[in-house]
Amino acid sequence: MASEFQPRIYWSWIGALMVLIAAGLGCYLRQLDYGLGLTGMSRDVSWGLYIGQFTFAVGIAASAVMLVLPYYLHHAKAFAKVVLLGEFVAIASVAACMLFIFADMGQPARVLNVIRYASPSSVMFWDMVSLGGYLVLNSVMAAVTLASERNEVPPPAWLRPMIFLSIPWAISIHTVTAFLYCGLAGRPFWLTAILAPRFLASAFASGPALLILLLLVLRSAARVAVENEALHKLAIIVSYAMALNVFFILLELFTAIYSGIPGHEEHFRYLFLGIEGRHALAPWMWISAVLALASLLLLWSGRGLALAAAAAFASLWIDKGLGMVVGGFVPSPLGAVTEYTPTAPEIMITAGIWAAGALIATLLFRTAIAVRAYVGGNEVSL
Amino acid sequence: MRERPLILSGLAVFLALVTLPFWYNAAAKASAALELKRPAAATQCVADTAFMRRSHMEMLNAWRDRRVREGIRTQPASGGRVFDISLTGTCLEECHGSRADFCDRCHSYIGLSGPYCWDCHNAPAGSTK
Amino acid sequence: MKITRTGFLGFLAAPLLAFARPAKRWVMVVQTGKCMQDAGCTACVQACHQAHNVPRIPDARHEVKWLWKERFRNLFGAEAIPAAAENRLALALCNHCDNPPCTRVCPTAATWQRSDGIVMMDWHRCIGCRYCMAACPYGSRSFNWVDPKPYVAAPSPDFPRRSKGVVEKCNFCEERLAVGKMPRCVEACPERALIFGDANDPHSEVRQVLQARFTIRRHTELGTRPSVFYVI
Repeated sequence: MASEFQPRIYWSWIGALMVLIAAGLGCYLRQLDYGLGLTGMSRDVSWGLYIGQFTFAVGIAASAVMLVLPYYLHHAKAFAKVVLLGEFVAIASVAACMLFIFADMGQPARVLNVIRYASPSSVMFWDMVSLGGYLVLNSVMAAVTLASERNEVPPPAWLRPMIFLSIPWAISIHTVTAFLYCGLAGRPFWLTAILAPRFLASAFASGPALLILLLLVLRSAARVAVENEALHKLAIIVSYAMALNVFFILLELFTAIYSGIPGHEEHFRYLFLGIEGRHALAPWMWISAVLALASLLLLWSGRGLALAAAAAFASLWIDKGLGMVVGGFVPSPLGAVTEYTPTAPEIMITAGIWAAGALIATLLFRTAIAVRAYVGGNEVSL
Repeated sequence: MRERPLILSGLAVFLALVTLPFWYNAAAKASAALELKRPAAATQCVADTAFMRRSHMEMLNAWRDRRVREGIRTQPASGGRVFDISLTGTCLEECHGSRADFCDRCHSYIGLSGPYCWDCHNAPAGSTK
Repeated sequence: MKITRTGFLGFLAAPLLAFARPAKRWVMVVQTGKCMQDAGCTACVQACHQAHNVPRIPDARHEVKWLWKERFRNLFGAEAIPAAAENRLALALCNHCDNPPCTRVCPTAATWQRSDGIVMMDWHRCIGCRYCMAACPYGSRSFNWVDPKPYVAAPSPDFPRRSKGVVEKCNFCEERLAVGKMPRCVEACPERALIFGDANDPHSEVRQVLQARFTIRRHTELGTRPSVFYVI
């Protein structure tokens, strides 16, 4: 099937992203002037949407390994065409991660202090190192691979060790991000060894779910042929990873509830039931749970792939992008139940950052499709 | 070459724009020499004028790290004089009066808005905010 | 190389100097019985906040506080305190832990532990990431969510203010300790409920109190080794 570039759809999409980016930037300038008080964060809930979205975005970035590993290590032919797109999503996600961190800083002009006064005892330092390295790794891999496709030559031999390095590196970026949280003695909600496995499981469900959605969009909007085999394999990955994630959450619930230790159980109680009538997050958590189960049922039934992927993605977005971070702060170490609701400017900045990531991904995808159309004589299949 | 007039005039416009800072400021009247307020009572400076003019930024940063991070509250200078490390207390109150008479003079003249010391540090009474 | 006998002995003895004079270790003892719990006295809080230009922000979400009165059940955990004593008040402040989690997580060393035990803040270097706030098990740290200047009613000229976007907390009045004075809260208390001093000095008042009275600290099971002791 010959692919046709759809200029109306493409440029409307780019236009919409630009509008979101501009609006986000405008709100960010207001935040720079007024301070982070423009957000819904507080003395008790000192991290909110920005850091939650950062955590979720790191997961998406790490999920590229779910394509790289089967293809390069185990020669899964189904992923031959989509590995590159996974790397693109990784690049765009890491860019979004960095923007979220920057937006969350109280003194962003001093960001280079993290390098000038490097503090290896801080996991945040290692997070910056691992994310920066991952960005470089994926950028080089994607650029060289795409250039080789364009020139119709096999990629250079030195790329292979880089690709193999990216596999443990992808695992490490999300492990380090989990380490930001799970070493804090004062936050019992996060102080669990299973946080890193849970992060990885939800990452390997949400990333491939996003990729499924993107491929389906490309199929309909860009009229690009997408091999069902790739979609099918991605769906299998999502279903196993999501099942594992749900299992891990149930494990956490058991330990918290059965042990009855207030420090552990009260955070789950706040998230799902509320405390003293304060339950702003409860509807979100239950929706996330329902969506998770729905996605599993749909995936197992083999029907409604788009719906399943969207449900999985949304469920994990709520769980990791909102519940996980805010839940750690409520109740506070002094027992206070301070609720968190993101403000409109905060949401706008978040949307603007996601739009920036989407723009990067769009431009990269567009380039890849153009290259493949050029090489394949207008026949593009993914 | 038909485009020659267009190219030459475009080049002329570009050169005019790129040299704008030079001839725009040359047209302005020559500014008077900067008068900086010197301390009335104090006789010895922290360091010689040439050094201060060149490196007061680095010196202030060094003083900052010495006091805040190392906890050393004094800085010996040549001649045995020991200065108390304090932006408000020594630099301003003891020596140079107010930021309007001293720091801001040069900084405003060259359009330097970077230093944000006064966001936190107290400027003695009588100076502009 | 020629070396005299005394020179050689001095060379051998040099490492022993490290043991000769131990560094100071500043600690505070809060005598909760003396503190006028329900009488609403906040002399210590007012003295501290006034001296350090701590802003008074009406929006509770953006509150900045270095020192405040907190219920027993919140300080020590509801399980540790009998119901009858739950609502008694005691002071909450930075514990200047001997093993501080906040300094471990700071990515720029904008907060660090001094050799005399005080956990310091460098407001020039802080990037406002608030990781230290997440790491503190005691909720001792505050962030400047907005510019504090409009909320400092009577600024003190003897201490700088802070800008928006940095974290702040009690500093054990290190600027006063450096010139031989006691912290503001200790001096301001009308009941002399706060005792402050060098725990490594065998003759200090604080050492006597720690030896004579039974004291508890907040959440010692976390391994932070706080320097603020409470006499219940």
